[in-house]
Amino acid sequence: MDVNANAPASPEKIDVAYVAHLARISLAPGEQELFQQQLEHILDHVNKLNELDVSGIEPMAHAIPVKNCFREDVERPGLAHEAAMRNAPEERHGQFFVPRILE
Amino acid sequence: MIASIGLEVHVQLRTNTKMFCGCPNRYGGEPNTHVCPVCLGYPGALPVINAEAVRLTVMTGLLLGCRINLKNKFDRKNYFYPDQAKNYQISQYDQPLCEGGQLEIQLKDRTKIIRITRIHLEEDVAKNTHFGDGSGIDFNRAGTPLMEIVTEPDMDNEDEAFAFLTALKQILAYADISDCNLEQGNIRCDINTSVRPTRESPLGTKVEIKNMNTFRGAHRALAHEIQRQIREVQRGRAIPQETRRWDDDAGVSSSMRTKEYAHDYRYFPEPDLLPVELTQTQVDTWAALLPERPPERRERMVRDYGIPDYDAGVLAADRAIADYFEKAARLSGKGKAVSNWMMSEMMRLLTATGQEIGAVKITPEALAALVALVEAKTINQPAAKEVFAVLFEQGGDPQQIVQDRGLVQVSDTGAIQGLVDQVLRENERSVQDYRSGKEAALQFLVGQVMRISKGKANPQLARELLLKAIGS
Amino acid sequence: MAELTQLTLHETLDALARGTCSSEDVTRAYLDRIAAVDDRIGAFLHLDRDQALADARAADARRKAGQGGRLLGVPLAMKDVLNVKGHPCTCGSQILKGYVAPYDATAVARLRAEGAVIMGRLNMDEFAMGSSNENSSYHPVRNPYDLGRVPGGSSGGSAAAVAADEITASLGSDTGGSIRQPASFCGVVGVKPSYGRVSRYGLTAFASSLDQIGPFTKEVADAALLTEVMSGGDPLDSTSVPGPAPELLATMKQGIRGFRIGLPKEYFQGGMDAATEALVRAAVKQLEALGAEPVEISLPHTEYAIATYYIIATAEASANLARFDGVRYGNRIAGVDPIDMYEKTRSAGFGNEVKRRIILGTYVLSSGYYDAYYKKAQKVRALIRRDFDEAFKTCQAIVTPATPSAAFGFGEKTGDPLQMYLSDIFTVTTNLAGICGMSVPCGFAGGTLPVGLQILGPAFREDNMFRVAHAYEQATAWRGKRPPLAVDAGRTGA
Repeated sequence: MDVNANAPASPEKIDVAYVAHLARISLAPGEQELFQQQLEHILDHVNKLNELDVSGIEPMAHAIPVKNCFREDVERPGLAHEAAMRNAPEERHGQFFVPRILE
Repeated sequence: MIASIGLEVHVQLRTNTKMFCGCPNRYGGEPNTHVCPVCLGYPGALPVINAEAVRLTVMTGLLLGCRINLKNKFDRKNYFYPDQAKNYQISQYDQPLCEGGQLEIQLKDRTKIIRITRIHLEEDVAKNTHFGDGSGIDFNRAGTPLMEIVTEPDMDNEDEAFAFLTALKQILAYADISDCNLEQGNIRCDINTSVRPTRESPLGTKVEIKNMNTFRGAHRALAHEIQRQIREVQRGRAIPQETRRWDDDAGVSSSMRTKEYAHDYRYFPEPDLLPVELTQTQVDTWAALLPERPPERRERMVRDYGIPDYDAGVLAADRAIADYFEKAARLSGKGKAVSNWMMSEMMRLLTATGQEIGAVKITPEALAALVALVEAKTINQPAAKEVFAVLFEQGGDPQQIVQDRGLVQVSDTGAIQGLVDQVLRENERSVQDYRSGKEAALQFLVGQVMRISKGKANPQLARELLLKAIGS
Repeated sequence: MAELTQLTLHETLDALARGTCSSEDVTRAYLDRIAAVDDRIGAFLHLDRDQALADARAADARRKAGQGGRLLGVPLAMKDVLNVKGHPCTCGSQILKGYVAPYDATAVARLRAEGAVIMGRLNMDEFAMGSSNENSSYHPVRNPYDLGRVPGGSSGGSAAAVAADEITASLGSDTGGSIRQPASFCGVVGVKPSYGRVSRYGLTAFASSLDQIGPFTKEVADAALLTEVMSGGDPLDSTSVPGPAPELLATMKQGIRGFRIGLPKEYFQGGMDAATEALVRAAVKQLEALGAEPVEISLPHTEYAIATYYIIATAEASANLARFDGVRYGNRIAGVDPIDMYEKTRSAGFGNEVKRRIILGTYVLSSGYYDAYYKKAQKVRALIRRDFDEAFKTCQAIVTPATPSAAFGFGEKTGDPLQMYLSDIFTVTTNLAGICGMSVPCGFAGGTLPVGLQILGPAFREDNMFRVAHAYEQATAWRGKRPPLAVDAGRTGA
């Protein structure tokens, strides 16, 4: 469960190749270097936040102070099968078809 | 060497609809027929929390003695996989609904407490089917409510893990939290196992076995995995932290490619869902509706109905059967007699026909009425069995069946005396046998009276009149 | 009578009600106008002429049958980020090429329920990421006031279409200024309602905790009407706030005598060009003349807003855009296995700005960096919200420029993403705080390029904001100004 471990005080350089893979984006030759330089530049600005002392401040995840939005456990009409499959790039046996999933 | 086993049990909740949309939460159906923009991860679609799923998870927490986190929230767990419509799963990361808790398991010679770490709510993924050169994805299951119960590594061997799963299933079925149908994948688990030299040593490196669908399979996988790890350690090899897959048919486990499981889930609070803040009053209201748990019910049924502990144990094990029994017992006021019917004919016919108690045609009212007919000596035992069989097959009113089939017991001395006289005339040989000391001959003569009465004679009365006639 | 395409929404409704024209006439006029000018403007990505006319005739039939509707028969166009059943919705991206929406966004459904004719898909920066519309993967949008300049972004098509009389009003979305900035650049009214005011259901998400849908119109009253129609709780969006829509048309005419108007000192410290500053200061004088009292306020965390915004927005976007994988809809590039397919599909389907932001957002959430970036940004966001809470204790509305300068030229800022980001400084704070904001025209820089006055109100006090906007609009001559293009080409219209 410890996947969001505490961060180091001063973040290191962004590893664009690693992060792009996490995001399932492959970068063309040249793109990686360009993004590396641009993102470092942006992160230099972003690191401005380190000037601020935010201890004791509650993180704000939502713009509205509302809680508890639920729905009753009641069925609502969904999409007919044909409508659900109309946008499918590839279909087989009524299912969305993809290259074989390797486990 | 000592093994330590922890489980992550995924339970599909028994709701009408999915976790975050109004599509039916129903097993089966043609592929991609229970879908909508939300569970297909369409652009612009948004989730809304199913209140019933929250209630069922809290009920589970209460049954397992957990602390209910009144303030909790949902998070996004990011990873790409074709069975994940949004390529993130809505789950609960650092503020789950329930924490702490325990479940007592029954071992051969003792009981043991297994600690529960946490219970959280999330959404299930779609189902993949492999067709030759590729895979098909059916999103009917995608987005159905899934409760994850995580235990401490408190189990020492495969038997304890099996006992835990069995006890958990019983309690979840009891409270109607899940259908607990293993064939339909209602309960699946991931198993974490490690080995260490002694109980005092720190826990060894943990190996995860993913996606166990049956308890028997989990038992076999664990037996195999523990031995595998012990062998590795004894050969001086280190156990790598990894995820393995169990092939139940082949009886072997193998390492899963780690590339897809690069664990960087990038959890962050789900911005599309607002925090949940339950009130203690709300939780108390739910707690008041909790069903009695099986062990307590068994004890109470012994007290309330005067039935044997063994019978109470069998009846209490299944909530629907216990509910049925109690209803019939209360209506009839004859708990022991009802219990006898349940333990014998009911169980036998349920097994023989593969029916669930909830679907049987014989109502608790009818069973209570049948017991009353026997108690009033309106029908005798063989006739009652016949009536039970008819009720089980067709339902209806026992009184009516007795009348239609002419099963009313004949208890009129005059009428039976005539039958007795006829039997004595036609079976002189048996009369002599009896007089010469063959006790069994009397039973034969009673049987003959019953036969010519077409089963309607009161056997007690027939016996008395026979004895009177042939002396003793 | 003026050309049909020059009418405001209210004027169009009047004409339809009086029977001087039909919905079909109006729709046909816009279709002709689009045919005449859009090759120069580039505002539309998709237009189904036959469907639009059929819908217009249906609206005319409704009117004949005596049925009402607050928007009955008025054609409206949608930013390509809003799902409209049966229409494409590409979000300006190649990755959604071929996708046809199977459902209506709630905001769209509410417009339809009032009888609006939904026609056309408006160009935008891909996935609403950009401030110039240069990130559309289809074609750029040109500013009707100067075809050599950008219309702003990301809702550039929505703003330009209204400015060029290609539609009387349109919808856009605003995550960090994407309605107000193009409204300012194109000289039209643009409104970003308070977060939670308009349901986001059906709005393709960029940053879920910041996005809002809002209208572009030719006058304040039209924006008030559309905001009223779209507002109100929606059971399909947990973050929409329950309750009825605000009454804006009824309250906006109450004037601003005694209103205290906050001027954030941090916004006036040399961050804008001289022409813009002069126009905004003149607008403040005008408000004073209308009885309002300008007061200086402070929003001390303003300098951290861009950093905070780009962490939160890109983090949320990195997850929101993960669903574009070529499995269920959209454009797929084949691969040997799912991972290969994802990488090829996403690399080919997303443009550079989108990739850059997804990578940045993935990074700030990744193991080891979450606390330093995302969590920290959420805390600074709380401070920015607190700044506004404090400020609104002393004023009913805040006035600032919408943008630091008027529209810039193509290619001027594309080389340096950070420079482009920094130009959002006056608008992003509104989204971070969840308050409402709008841009109304307040003059022309150098006499030719529109400049917008940004008016901010406290969360769920759109009424304050509209009172200021309406009073200002009625007192000035900017309403009804149109680009030279419109005057020239208008003669060819219906």
